[in-house]
Amino acid sequence: MIPLLIGIPAVLAVLFQFIRNEKARGYVVYAGAGIVMLTTVIFIVRWISGGAQVWLLYPETELIDHLMTAGDIFLMCLIIFLSIKYRKILPIILSVLQTALVVYTEFTAEIKTGPHMMVDWLTILMCIIIAFIGGFICIYTVGYMKGYHEHHKDVKDRQPFFFSMLFLFLAAMFGLVLSQNLIWIYFFWEVTSVISFLMIGYTRTDEAVGNSFCALWMNLLGGLGFAVAIALMAQIHGTASLLEVVNIGALLPLMCLSLAGLTKSAQLPFSTWLLGAMVAPTPSSALLHSATMVKAGVYLLIRISPALEGNLVGIIVSSIGGLTFIMASMMAIAQNDAKKVLAFSTISNLGLIVGCSGIGVEETVWAAIFLMIFHAVSKSMLFQSVGAAENTLGSRDIEDMHGLIITVPRLAYIMGIGIAGMYLAPFGMLISKWVALKAFVDSGNVILVLFIAYGSATTMFYWTKWLAKLLCFHIPRETVKDVTRRDEYASMFFHAATMILLCLLLPLVAIGVVNPIVRELFGNSRDVLSMSVLTTMAIMLVSIFIVPAVMFFVSRRSHREIVPIYMNGINEGDNRFYVNSYGEKEHLYLSNWYLRFEFGRRHLRVPSIIMAAAVLVVGFCLVIGGVSW
Amino acid sequence: MNKVSKSPWLLHYDASSCNGCDIEVLDCLTPKYDIERFGIINTGDPFQADILLITGGVNSQTESVVKQLYSQMPEPKVVVAVGICACTGGVFKECYNIKGGIDTVIPVDVYVPGCAARPEAIIDGVVKALGVLDEKQAAMQKSRR
Amino acid sequence: MVKVVFVLAYLILAPFLGCLLDGIDRIISARMQRRKGPGLLQPFYDLGKLFSKEMIAVNNVQLLLNLSYLVILMIAGCMLFAGADLLMVLFILSTADMFLIMAASSDSSPYANMGANREMLQMMAYEPLTLLIAVGFYLTTGSFQVSDIIQADVSAVLWMPGLLVGFMFTAAIKFRKSPFDLSTSHHAHQELVKGLTTEMSGTTLAIMDIAEYYEKVLLFGIFFLFFVNSTWWSWIAALLVCVVIFFMETLWDNISARVKWKTLLYSCWVVTLVAGGVNILILMLDK
Repeated sequence: MIPLLIGIPAVLAVLFQFIRNEKARGYVVYAGAGIVMLTTVIFIVRWISGGAQVWLLYPETELIDHLMTAGDIFLMCLIIFLSIKYRKILPIILSVLQTALVVYTEFTAEIKTGPHMMVDWLTILMCIIIAFIGGFICIYTVGYMKGYHEHHKDVKDRQPFFFSMLFLFLAAMFGLVLSQNLIWIYFFWEVTSVISFLMIGYTRTDEAVGNSFCALWMNLLGGLGFAVAIALMAQIHGTASLLEVVNIGALLPLMCLSLAGLTKSAQLPFSTWLLGAMVAPTPSSALLHSATMVKAGVYLLIRISPALEGNLVGIIVSSIGGLTFIMASMMAIAQNDAKKVLAFSTISNLGLIVGCSGIGVEETVWAAIFLMIFHAVSKSMLFQSVGAAENTLGSRDIEDMHGLIITVPRLAYIMGIGIAGMYLAPFGMLISKWVALKAFVDSGNVILVLFIAYGSATTMFYWTKWLAKLLCFHIPRETVKDVTRRDEYASMFFHAATMILLCLLLPLVAIGVVNPIVRELFGNSRDVLSMSVLTTMAIMLVSIFIVPAVMFFVSRRSHREIVPIYMNGINEGDNRFYVNSYGEKEHLYLSNWYLRFEFGRRHLRVPSIIMAAAVLVVGFCLVIGGVSW
Repeated sequence: MNKVSKSPWLLHYDASSCNGCDIEVLDCLTPKYDIERFGIINTGDPFQADILLITGGVNSQTESVVKQLYSQMPEPKVVVAVGICACTGGVFKECYNIKGGIDTVIPVDVYVPGCAARPEAIIDGVVKALGVLDEKQAAMQKSRR
Repeated sequence: MVKVVFVLAYLILAPFLGCLLDGIDRIISARMQRRKGPGLLQPFYDLGKLFSKEMIAVNNVQLLLNLSYLVILMIAGCMLFAGADLLMVLFILSTADMFLIMAASSDSSPYANMGANREMLQMMAYEPLTLLIAVGFYLTTGSFQVSDIIQADVSAVLWMPGLLVGFMFTAAIKFRKSPFDLSTSHHAHQELVKGLTTEMSGTTLAIMDIAEYYEKVLLFGIFFLFFVNSTWWSWIAALLVCVVIFFMETLWDNISARVKWKTLLYSCWVVTLVAGGVNILILMLDK
């Protein structure tokens, strides 16, 4: 089964290079996404019917190992070629260094043979996220790219390339989460880095190229960390298995792997690349930078989190995560570009997940996994709706979404559900925050408690003002034609339905999926979510869904006289204009608060990067200095 | 219990007054006169007001404003014209830009003359307006049934 | 059984109690300003009047959102008085506030919109401390459950005086008291007309007022938690302290002037950090 999971998207990726007809390509994408999802379902059903045991597969893989080495070298050549073309030196150095290191290790070190792939509940969860969220994003892309190229005439139409990359990315992600051998994970890791690099540069503008190289070198730095971890494990401990890394618990390899995880999940000081990545078309932002690729970073951290409990590496990882959580959420306040807000909130939420996995006890990992699930769904939904709104409104400025509920109600509802999912009461984000806060208190980390207290306040601010903007009732200036295509809506409705279902079935998800993962990682699992909390959740669900619905009917029965809004008596009648001091009509314009002088990137970016970098450097020094060789 | 005269909230508007009457209106809020003892609150918001207190005559600029503010007040509501200008236009009556008293634009229930109207007179007028307010409320409830 | 009684008592009595408190507050304020002030039952008359007024509105959703605000606030209060999870109560409290913000910004009106923005800012200012209070109770009593907190052997305030001071500081935001009554004010001297509530009239405003009364009682409930322990006399002591706190909030309201939003945000955050953060740190080191 596993070769199929990785192979099908890879084959499809090659196929797209040859399909030049737009319509045919659309159908192939639909079919391809369908097949990927179907294979995943069959795979999961077979695994569960097989007793849901941990599968350890492929102990002997001489040939594939060599192929992967060849693949590594090919990726290195590709990076060198493109770097020379655009005159960048840093990626070349990093790439050559790490590839040389890995290849050298592979040929010199005595590595115990062991299983190269592993299937357990965490893998299954990741597969579901990749297949379904990734699959629907691919479906969404078909409609979106048509609209995109109608808007952006200046961008060369390279859709076949784009779709190849999307599917190749899915294949790499499957490989990454299924692999258990570090060298294999490293290969897929590099593939995702390079694909992300290629997709950010899709438009080939100067900005896009610059940002794509920024993403490349940062991810390669993480890759270098990964390579060092492999070399250390192989040379000293004679193994290249991820499970062994956790079991042995040597600090330096853990630190290097954490570095890789931090760069990929765009934590401070490496968050710049994710912000730059927003220049790419929205589907790639949705797929790579919210739902899947950044999840590879936190996936790795969750995998190694049992080994992080209470040691130096864990403290460093959780501090950086907490710092990122609060800093990114503060910087998000000052953004009015919807995609920027989403990017910052992605970084911020990943920070919380990273912080949780850095603590490395059952509760925090439980919370981290929950956060990951909810974040994947709602963020991908938000990115898609922002992309659709951009194609419809011609702008992705939040100010232009004033009263979206009147102009494009369907998009406003989807966006609203997404936003609510990110922070409002009964949705999963909040319950995970509850668990995380409790666990942080239990672990005695006062700094993280403060981070989460302040961070949730700032998070609330930027989401609330966006939600309020959507819900402004007004008479629109001009009628807006909704150009969102049916496949885009299909994907967004799927996400919205998943979101609500997840919320309704939260206890089931907790018992059926998250608890087994925690049990596998830690060997045992306490009931993190007590019964009283579940009752509370039920009450909250009632309050948030049913109360407004009931109130809708209650309030509809009352008779109301509609009058113009209060503008000191100089309202021109339809709430859009007022009389200014010259006696002329003036347009009313309402803007949200952005507090740029307090929370602007200009003020916070550099200090936060310096702080995080300092923590990281000090951490490395301590680990290297204190580790016994 | 739900008598509107028990909690009349004021909206004060200066249509073109010389500010003499306005000062006197604000005087009523001071500890000496303390109109809050009648439950009166000076809100700035027509949506929440029951009594519209206007000073000064209406000119061509404030005419539409007076009308709009009046239309934004929920029934039952009363209008009190404070000062001689608000009652009739006063010394400005013949000016090219003055339309006249407030009653040229909206129906006025109580007239409080004076230049400037004294706080006692204003309170007296407002208390008179409360009677009108109750009558209007009763009429409104009757028509609702 | 006791829980049911408490919840019912809260649901039925809270608005009356809130109304009375508001009446007392207005009398005390008047006396502080050497005025006579309105009667004790004035807030009841106000509510009665508001319900009898004609229904006018600027759109069709404001009433719905205001009603949701009220009901969700009631749920939060019921959970507190039923002895449920304190952290959840606080989360629901902020969800309720969200609905108020939505109600205000649904008008697309300049004053209400500005008020809504300020309200969001106020939320951002007080939110950290409320979370820290829940954490503080968890550290002192070992549980987030209100029913466990009231069974503690000693009053929580002995362990968390800093948090109490911080809460008294930030509670002025929730009580809509000067100097922190930025989004809407009970006083006439509001520079934003009526801020958040500018477009609310008659029944809609009355609902908002009732919700505020529920919220007031809820907040005093949290103050109450600071002092209560397993002995019966602590309940009386806690009640008395709540009365003192009520008086102090009124006093502060009368002797301070409204601040700018920056002062509000920074002062609340600094107080949270100094009073709350240090308190939590000490608790963590000690426990």
